[in-house]
Amino acid sequence: MEIFLQQLVNGLVVGSVYALVALGYTMVYGILGLINFAHGDLVMVGALTALQTMMFLMGVAPGMSPVAMLTLSLLVAIPVCMLLGFTMERLAYRRLRNAPRLAPLITAIGVSFLLQTLAMIIWGRNYHTFPQLISTTPVQPIEGVFVTPIQITIVIASAIIMAALILLVTKTKLGRAMRATAENHRVAALMGVDTNMIIALTFVIGAALAAIAGVMYASNYGIAHYGMGFMPGLKAFTAAVLGGIGNLGGAMLGGVVLGLVESFGAGYIEQMTFGFLNSSYQDIFAFIILGLVLIFKPTGLLGERVSDRA
Amino acid sequence: MKKTVVALAIMGFGLSAAQAQEMVVKLGSVAPLTGTISHLGKDNENGAKLAVEDANAKGITIGGKKVKFELMGEDDQADPRTGTTVAQRLVDASVKGVIGHLNSGTTIPASRIYNQAGVPMISPSATNPTLTRQGYKGVFRTIANDVQQGGVLGKFIAGPLAAKTVAIIDDRTSYGQGLADETEKAVKAAGGKIVAREFTNDKATDFNAILTKIRGAKPDVIFFGGMDAQAGPMLRQLKQLGVDTKFVTGDGGCSPEMIKLAGEAIGENAYCSMAGLPLEKMPGGTEFRNRYKARFNMDVQIYSPYAYDAAMAMIKAMQAANSVEPAKYLPELKKSNFQGVTGTVAFDDIGDIKDGAVTMYQFKGGSWAAM
Repeated sequence: MEIFLQQLVNGLVVGSVYALVALGYTMVYGILGLINFAHGDLVMVGALTALQTMMFLMGVAPGMSPVAMLTLSLLVAIPVCMLLGFTMERLAYRRLRNAPRLAPLITAIGVSFLLQTLAMIIWGRNYHTFPQLISTTPVQPIEGVFVTPIQITIVIASAIIMAALILLVTKTKLGRAMRATAENHRVAALMGVDTNMIIALTFVIGAALAAIAGVMYASNYGIAHYGMGFMPGLKAFTAAVLGGIGNLGGAMLGGVVLGLVESFGAGYIEQMTFGFLNSSYQDIFAFIILGLVLIFKPTGLLGERVSDRA
Repeated sequence: MKKTVVALAIMGFGLSAAQAQEMVVKLGSVAPLTGTISHLGKDNENGAKLAVEDANAKGITIGGKKVKFELMGEDDQADPRTGTTVAQRLVDASVKGVIGHLNSGTTIPASRIYNQAGVPMISPSATNPTLTRQGYKGVFRTIANDVQQGGVLGKFIAGPLAAKTVAIIDDRTSYGQGLADETEKAVKAAGGKIVAREFTNDKATDFNAILTKIRGAKPDVIFFGGMDAQAGPMLRQLKQLGVDTKFVTGDGGCSPEMIKLAGEAIGENAYCSMAGLPLEKMPGGTEFRNRYKARFNMDVQIYSPYAYDAAMAMIKAMQAANSVEPAKYLPELKKSNFQGVTGTVAFDDIGDIKDGAVTMYQFKGGSWAAM
């Protein structure tokens, strides 16, 4: 039983990070129909910028409290990623807004390579140790189930951020403008919505989420390097499709479901297939689930409800 | 007139006699002399150089001629493509044998070129089993390969660590998988039981799911076949899952980088293996260290004793065959059996060193300590 609960914890933690990153994919897709493949690399830039800030702070103020240091590094990493998200949209994607759909997609892959290579030049090829400022000493809320404070922080912070984003999209004027742009940006423009600004803001908000996800991811595992955004990016994209791309609630659900499927898949696939498959099929298992969902429900778990995509 | 002819004839005869007295034999040495592991590359070259100088000082005669060995040192930058370029350069310069290369990744493609040209090569440091399994006749190495390493790891886990139950993880690379498979075989042969066999990949950072499963199997030892970039975070996650089982890994995790990446999660229950012996445990190690230091004014890094023995094996084979021609001395090289700096140098059928040494290390006081 405690193994089952432990896998549940593992899945929830990974799933929360996936969900947070998936929101960025789904927001951009909802509004532009573009899959921004460079989004995963914003996760990496967020983590490495935060690392750089922490190194600097440790140098100038070694006595600083961990919480203050983490907050300050987030306050640097988030704006850097926001600026990067804005620049990406302005320089690479805006010009291609009316181009065939393949052009922005390939551009996005190019931007992803660009970011990774730049990060490699700036921070080198080596793995860096990321200071674990939130404790990683496990506690046992239930006998045999180990949870660390950083993991609790990740799950709670993700939930709060996701709730805030939903409120932003459904309750505010900005959110209404985003939904209007998503539905039809020409009509929205006629109604007096500055669609260029709204689209740019969507990228900026997504980038901020990616920065937070990056710092949480690196804090949890204690390492960071220039290629670290690729896998979570790919998984988050899968989560977004699983939940129904373009749908905020779907991205969250997809993220958590994917995290759980991976965790339970790796844990139980051998028993379930009587030793025929093993944990090297961990990723395949996740993609089989994705395939099945898409066969029976091509719009993903929560469908693409056009009216409130954003 | 006649006198001049005779004089010329005598001069000519004298000249050719002088030529007959000394013959220059070129040997190649290849290793990365620039880049991040250039210190190891220079070390290999120095080892071979010392052997060549020793042979020259002894004044060896082969086929009735006094031989002067010359070492041609080349830089392969640890890059497979550069490796083949310099291999071709050595072949074109008609070297009689090559000591190198350093990395498995450069040695394997280069070995094809040496094989085509019929030039024997001995690597002092490439451990990938593939190198000697390509069916090439003139390929040897003086260091233990990963199969031998896996054997030692398995015996270590079942023996000194007294593990009855073992969990094995590998990263699905040819190195990690190969090492894990060999370790598994050896553990089983020694009577140990494999209670979990899990897999990850060389880009993964999250191992919680498989580690949780392993925790449920309660093994005495966890073995990981893979690199430090995964092994470090893996140790951290084990600690976060409340597991303090003994952790063993191969040479991919036997690095200072591993210690850095594992941070506070590494302790005295972490072990790793490296091909080769520490210098002080080699039969001729202490003497070699002193002579090396006196000659090059620096310390032995890792593989120079293996490079020394490799060059010596080649020279001894030439003496035994009484010829410097590869086709003639190759059979003698296969039959090599002498006491070198690192121990007994003898090769098996495919060119691997017999009974290649592997050393186990334990994490102690902030670094890896030889056991």
